[in-house]
Amino acid sequence: MSDFTLERSAAPAGHEADLRRQESARRVLELRAGLGFRGRHRLAVTDLVETAGLWRLALALAWLDVKGRYRGSMLGPFWLTLSTAVMVGSLGVLYSTLFKTVLREYLPFLALSLVLWNFLQTLVSEACLAFTQNDSIIRAVRMPFLLYGARLVIRNLIVLAHNIVVIFVVFAIFDTWPGRYGLIAIPGFMLWVVDSLALAMSLGAICARFRDIPPIVNSVMQIAFFLSPIIWRPDLITHGARFLPLNPLFSLFEVVRGPLLNQVPGETIWAAALGYSFLILLLSWLLFVRVRGRIAFWV
Amino acid sequence: MAQVIAEGVCVDFPLYHGSARSLKRTVVAAASGGRISKDAQKRIVVQGLRDVSFTLSPGERLGLIGSNGAGKTTLLRTLAGIYEPVRGCVRIEGTLNALLDPNLGMNPDLTGRENIALRGLFAGLDRASIRRVEEDVITFAGLSEFIHLPLRTYSSGMIVRLGFALATAIHPEILLMDEWFLAGDAQFIGKAQARLELLVRNAEILVLSSHEHKVIKEWCTRALWLDRGRVMKEGAPEEVIAAYLDSIEEQRAEWKKEEDREKGDEKRPAPVAERVS
Repeated sequence: MSDFTLERSAAPAGHEADLRRQESARRVLELRAGLGFRGRHRLAVTDLVETAGLWRLALALAWLDVKGRYRGSMLGPFWLTLSTAVMVGSLGVLYSTLFKTVLREYLPFLALSLVLWNFLQTLVSEACLAFTQNDSIIRAVRMPFLLYGARLVIRNLIVLAHNIVVIFVVFAIFDTWPGRYGLIAIPGFMLWVVDSLALAMSLGAICARFRDIPPIVNSVMQIAFFLSPIIWRPDLITHGARFLPLNPLFSLFEVVRGPLLNQVPGETIWAAALGYSFLILLLSWLLFVRVRGRIAFWV
Repeated sequence: MAQVIAEGVCVDFPLYHGSARSLKRTVVAAASGGRISKDAQKRIVVQGLRDVSFTLSPGERLGLIGSNGAGKTTLLRTLAGIYEPVRGCVRIEGTLNALLDPNLGMNPDLTGRENIALRGLFAGLDRASIRRVEEDVITFAGLSEFIHLPLRTYSSGMIVRLGFALATAIHPEILLMDEWFLAGDAQFIGKAQARLELLVRNAEILVLSSHEHKVIKEWCTRALWLDRGRVMKEGAPEEVIAAYLDSIEEQRAEWKKEEDREKGDEKRPAPVAERVS
């Protein structure tokens, strides 16, 4: 019992000084009520910078989320891969018959679409809980709020990485590997990552304030699934194809899916994807600047 | 140099219950000019803190006293930057550690060691510091082999020990402490006290909320008495505690008087109105 006290009082002074230095990232914290837009904006930027500094924590939390969810199951997150594979296989055979297309052309398209859609759908439904799920942490310690958004996005990216196996298998079976144009999908996917974070933050805040939003969000997502070219190919639309870019999901899917299917997206698609992303980012940033200080009261 | 400044701090809690939490009702209420569903507009606000001001310089140790619901924890959370004031300003200079939740970020599925690493990341420590904290915590909490097992296999006492050891492993310049810290199982408390005292000694500023007036008198240089979010009295611990206890006595006496009066009313025959007329 007493050995502890001895040990502690004999601890070198450098130990505490060291720990202090570690924490000195936020030495002055001033929270003033009634700030205008600029003051709030500054606090929101600080939130962003602090989150970037805590990337290891976001990564660890996301990884632990995935590990925790599949602890004790034999295949772990590969269960999801398996279920995606079964879904792609069965839907692929069914719809290629219904749409009268060749399986070799349809299946790679469907695999990409469904994997991306699974990512989006899980992300959106979990985004509604981005803050409410972390309520005990939010009430116990001041942490940047973007951390919770980052945790959510990274967690879903990890799951997505497991699902990519399905796409690879389909590519391998039909030998439809993307050429060097496939690399264009990388900037497209970057858009997805940034948009996901924006979506997670705004949905998280809105759903923390209004608790009846999640069911609305889920039904909107279900409608969007059927209205967007996800299981049906966009070139099936003969009349009014020029209205397709009005659907944000169309352009955002195309910038990732197109290059991997050796169809480089045109300028209109890129412009639409960038435009919608800019809009999502702008709106959610404005919302974040506005409500950041209130989230702790809402959860 | 560490410093804590609170300037006219007000914190309100909006109580969003039932209909105020509903978007549909808010929209309907807005569209109908508030006629259809009036209650959506009625946002009940609980006043957490009212115009709280003080300045703490290095060496000062502030004790918060007051009954349950007086706003002690709310004040600690506001100083920790969790609740942002609705009016006024809070300014914190220096590193801060708030001991508010003993189980902060603890995950029952993770092993003790993993939980320690996680908490280290929350505090923004690097790998080397996390390893040092880990050694320190393992030694102190005396978990030995259990450190490699998931938390769900721990006894409740072990979880308390781990939580306490973790929370007190990081020495800040400004320490905020809620009263649960002074509770603990008897075997552990002697060891814990020594560790806590070291933590307090190392901190430049302490804000402590406690019902234990003895602790406040012993540890604090100043005391602040809160009642329904307002500062009732501030000053030397002895004086403030005496004033607080007096007010409780007064209140008790008043209650007693009221009770007596009620009893008396029952005994006495009701004043007869007819007599007057």
